[in-house]
Amino acid sequence: IRLFRNTQTCFSRTSCTDLFGYVGIEAVLDQMRRKTMKVGLEFNIMVVGQSGLGKSTLVNTLFKSKVSRKSCTPNCEEKISKTVKLHSVSHVIEEKGMKMKLTVIDTPGFGDQINNENCWEPIVKHINEQYEKYLREELHINRKRRIPDSRVHCCIYFLPATGHRLRPIDVEFMKRVGKIVSIVPVIAKADTLTIEERQEFKERIRQDLAANGIRVYPQKEYDDDPEERILNDRIRESIPFAVVGTDKEHQVNGNKVLGRKTKWGIIEVENVAHCEFANLRDLLIRSHLQDLKDVTHNIHYETYRVRRLNESNMNFSELGLSARPLENGTADTSESESHL
Amino acid sequence: MSTGEVLVSKADGNGGIMGLQKNLEGYVGFANLPNQVYRKSVKRGFEFTLMVVGESGLGKSTLINSLFLTDLYSPEYPGPSHRIKKTVQVEQSKVLVKEGGVHLLLTIVDTPGFGDAVDNSNCWQPVIDYIDSKFEDYLNAESRVNRRLMPDSRVQCCLYFIAPSGHGLKPLDIEFMKRLHEKVNIIPLIAKADTMTPEECQQFKKQIMKEIQEHKIKIYEFPETDDEEEMKMVRKIKDRLPLAVVGSNTIIEVNGKRVRGRQYPWGVAEVENGEHCDFTILRNMLIRTHMQDLKDVTNNVHYENYRSRKLAAVNYNGVDNNKNKGQLTKTETADGMSPLAQMDEERRDHVSKMKKMEQEMEQVFEMKVKEKLQKLRDSEVELQRRHEQMKKNLEAQHRELEEKRRHHEEEKASWEAQQRILEQQKLDASRTLEKNKKKKIF
Repeated sequence: IRLFRNTQTCFSRTSCTDLFGYVGIEAVLDQMRRKTMKVGLEFNIMVVGQSGLGKSTLVNTLFKSKVSRKSCTPNCEEKISKTVKLHSVSHVIEEKGMKMKLTVIDTPGFGDQINNENCWEPIVKHINEQYEKYLREELHINRKRRIPDSRVHCCIYFLPATGHRLRPIDVEFMKRVGKIVSIVPVIAKADTLTIEERQEFKERIRQDLAANGIRVYPQKEYDDDPEERILNDRIRESIPFAVVGTDKEHQVNGNKVLGRKTKWGIIEVENVAHCEFANLRDLLIRSHLQDLKDVTHNIHYETYRVRRLNESNMNFSELGLSARPLENGTADTSESESHL
Repeated sequence: MSTGEVLVSKADGNGGIMGLQKNLEGYVGFANLPNQVYRKSVKRGFEFTLMVVGESGLGKSTLINSLFLTDLYSPEYPGPSHRIKKTVQVEQSKVLVKEGGVHLLLTIVDTPGFGDAVDNSNCWQPVIDYIDSKFEDYLNAESRVNRRLMPDSRVQCCLYFIAPSGHGLKPLDIEFMKRLHEKVNIIPLIAKADTMTPEECQQFKKQIMKEIQEHKIKIYEFPETDDEEEMKMVRKIKDRLPLAVVGSNTIIEVNGKRVRGRQYPWGVAEVENGEHCDFTILRNMLIRTHMQDLKDVTNNVHYENYRSRKLAAVNYNGVDNNKNKGQLTKTETADGMSPLAQMDEERRDHVSKMKKMEQEMEQVFEMKVKEKLQKLRDSEVELQRRHEQMKKNLEAQHRELEEKRRHHEEEKASWEAQQRILEQQKLDASRTLEKNKKKKIF
């Protein structure tokens, strides 16, 4: 679909001539579809947030399968880790012939310690490392046909439902990471808040985000045309999404729904009146999945690449030989480490 | 005792006053003692200090409002959570509540900013300092000479709010509780309990209790009583520790009843429903049954620990160590020192005073002796002088007398000579006369 739009714009200056018969140009869509289905799709999603906010549950709910191991299961004996470790799990899920290689990058230990200074550094380093890997592959003389894409396409940041405002650690993280990856903030465990509290909380978060200059996905600057802008505006008005996750099913009015059963009622996860999980799922998977990948490829990756190559241009010997990935716009220094 | 008999008959007559029919041998009357204590306490009024600790956004202010059915934090006087804090602070608000003629001066100590920063190391320090300072104030007030007015502002209970993560305790929770379980009664609560389903809640509670035991944290223990009914209640509470609470003061209609609760699209979570959350248990425990016990434990255990630790620090070195430890109350008078030190000081003072007095007296004595000696010497000298003088006088007189005598002798001699001459003359004269006579006769 994207390709079609691009060709449209590049032909915008030329006069549009009418066809007086069926040519078959639209069959290219079928060809594309078949090709995509054969090749498959890669999607890398990172979940960041304190432990106990329901990250793994949400990922499982999003993709309706047990892709992420929950750390609160009774068999799990892990204590809270002392440093932030990144945990990458890949699954291949299939739906109607469409294969998707989904990689979930978990970040246990984030924000759990007493002293959380620089807990975002391992994350920033990881993201840049993925960009570096891709860059290396691109710069090879003999490139592979399909470069394995391990870049982080989307980062879901979980905000605890305090009801007040953004905490310092939230602001710090989103400032730094929002520059290198698309961030989608969500309010975790949203069944803690009543509807009024939720609205107030969202309003205050939006104010805080604007005040700190944090740009979350979808960014205003990358809207291509008016209809996209309208769509994205609607999304931007309801950011951050208040989500609830679960993998248990209950009976409600004769239907089996995903929900959480409490003594005072059942919270239906997919009911838009209860929580905004459906909106998040639509955004991530049904409508903006490809957009996320494109933004990552065209904007974030390009920024990284430009910076990196500019830096390398100063020093020719460094081209392709240096082992240090650059920081784009982040003020932290990452340690030098060879990862090839 | 006539009055005793009257009372007995009354009790028998209206069987229902006391509720129990007792077989009394006689009636003394000290059964009335609790009433006297009761009346006195009611007149005096009660004090209770409660501290709430937890990250911001866990519903501490809402819970306080719900517990005491007042708006301690209202839109006109917003609670600490609505004001952004950069560092951990300790704030206290006092409110006087009256119910049924009983006054309760309630002090709520809040800790805004706890656990909110990126780096939360030592965020418990202001809390510890506050509790210690209250203990110290009480210790000083107790050691004073005049202690009629002794305000008790010690923290009697600390409600610690645990975020409902569903996993377990965070390192911050463990660290805080480890440092404070010996200073104050800690009651851990699970905040915003309507986040969890009943199964999750059960599991979470089990996990928390396991971790608390692992780290040997001593939370407030409910006392064992002999009363069977009370024991049942206590056991029920113990099973449901830590209590999962929900706070709210908004009134909602549910099935025709007006209840306090939180309105969700999928239902209403009632605050006072025992199946929804443990709020009623907390309120009953905190206010209706165990408030006095909390105060007693604070007074007998935590305060005594503090006191013995403080005084032991003084005795160990003989020097008041606490002066160097950066005391919060910087007083240089005797009020600033612990009582034992004070006594020592007094003793030393007394001894030195005695010594000084002794010395002085000795000095005075010596002086007096010297004076006396001097006087004696002087008088001796004087006497000597006089003696000499007198001797001189005597000698002078003696000489005079001698001279006089000599003179007199001389005179006598001369007079005698003269007399002799006279006699001679007389003789001569008489002789001549005789001669003459003789001649004449002739």
